[in-house]
Amino acid sequence: MTRIDLFLGFLKLGAIGFGGVGPLTRRIVVEERRWLDEAEFAALLGLCQALPGANVCNFALMLGDRFCGPSGGLCALAGLLVAPLAFLLVIASFFAAFAHHPDLRAALAGAAAAAAGLALGTALKMLKNLPRTPLLLGVAAVAFAAVALARLPLPLVLGVLAPASFFFGRGRS
Amino acid sequence: MNDLAFRIFLRFAGLSLLAVGGAAAVLPEANRQLVEGEHWFSAQQFAEIFAIAQVAPGPNVIVFPLFGWTLAGWSGFLAATLGILGPSSILALGLARTLRRNAEAPWLKRLKGALIPLAVGLMAANGYVLARAADANLLLACVTFAAAGFVVYSSRSPLWAMAAGAFLAVAAGRLGWM
Repeated sequence: MTRIDLFLGFLKLGAIGFGGVGPLTRRIVVEERRWLDEAEFAALLGLCQALPGANVCNFALMLGDRFCGPSGGLCALAGLLVAPLAFLLVIASFFAAFAHHPDLRAALAGAAAAAAGLALGTALKMLKNLPRTPLLLGVAAVAFAAVALARLPLPLVLGVLAPASFFFGRGRS
Repeated sequence: MNDLAFRIFLRFAGLSLLAVGGAAAVLPEANRQLVEGEHWFSAQQFAEIFAIAQVAPGPNVIVFPLFGWTLAGWSGFLAATLGILGPSSILALGLARTLRRNAEAPWLKRLKGALIPLAVGLMAANGYVLARAADANLLLACVTFAAAGFVVYSSRSPLWAMAAGAFLAVAAGRLGWM
């Protein structure tokens, strides 16, 4: 596997990953390119979920690094981001150019309301699919209240809740 | 790099390592710093930029380069991209070997498990903060509510919900309801 393979594989993932790249990552990495088997994929993704930062970006970095060293990681990350960023700048320029058209103002307001709903829905879906232990519900509720309602700084919230969640999560898998 | 771009870089580099469980987790903090702290955007603008980023393919983190671009053009774009991705990428590459060796270690599984409830709470906080900004009237609040239900109960692409929301708002605008 070369750095160009890595770039092209993640280029495809970024270019066709509309509405979230999660499920598509597995399809391309495991089924299509056969870079990792199921178990290796799950293990590597698990590592990325324990790291701060965008999960898929960390995944690209760590997969590339595994095969071609740090420069391979950067090639994979560049491949992942180049198409979405190009696409984004085109639509953002379009919105900026017609920013005062009333229909476009309304469309953007409607899309923003829907996007807020998507974020809320994603949180609800996570709650639906996860085992709802008292720890999960408690920590999630406190994090929500502290950040959304009390508007406390995130470093403070994480500094208190992450160790608490780690400590009280003891003994659970 | 000009002064504004440098400030964007510093702000976003500070946010980079706070993104537990993904980029969305840090958006409420970004909102607090960029809207309430720096006054770089109005709350409504922030929600609209988020919406535009949702239309593009790829990971959620690309909303940050768009913030930078909106503020300061290409230098802002570059500063924001390097800022939000730099520290977390350096950490990931720096720890890659150690983490791979310990992939099955119990403490790592526990750490991952410990961050999940935080990620859920922060994702909900993100939605709440955006909804407060975006839902200027009852119709838009209904759009938010319906889109949330769509994500929970349908496996179709979330782009459908955004298209429907945009279409409804345009129609309501034409009819003079907004």
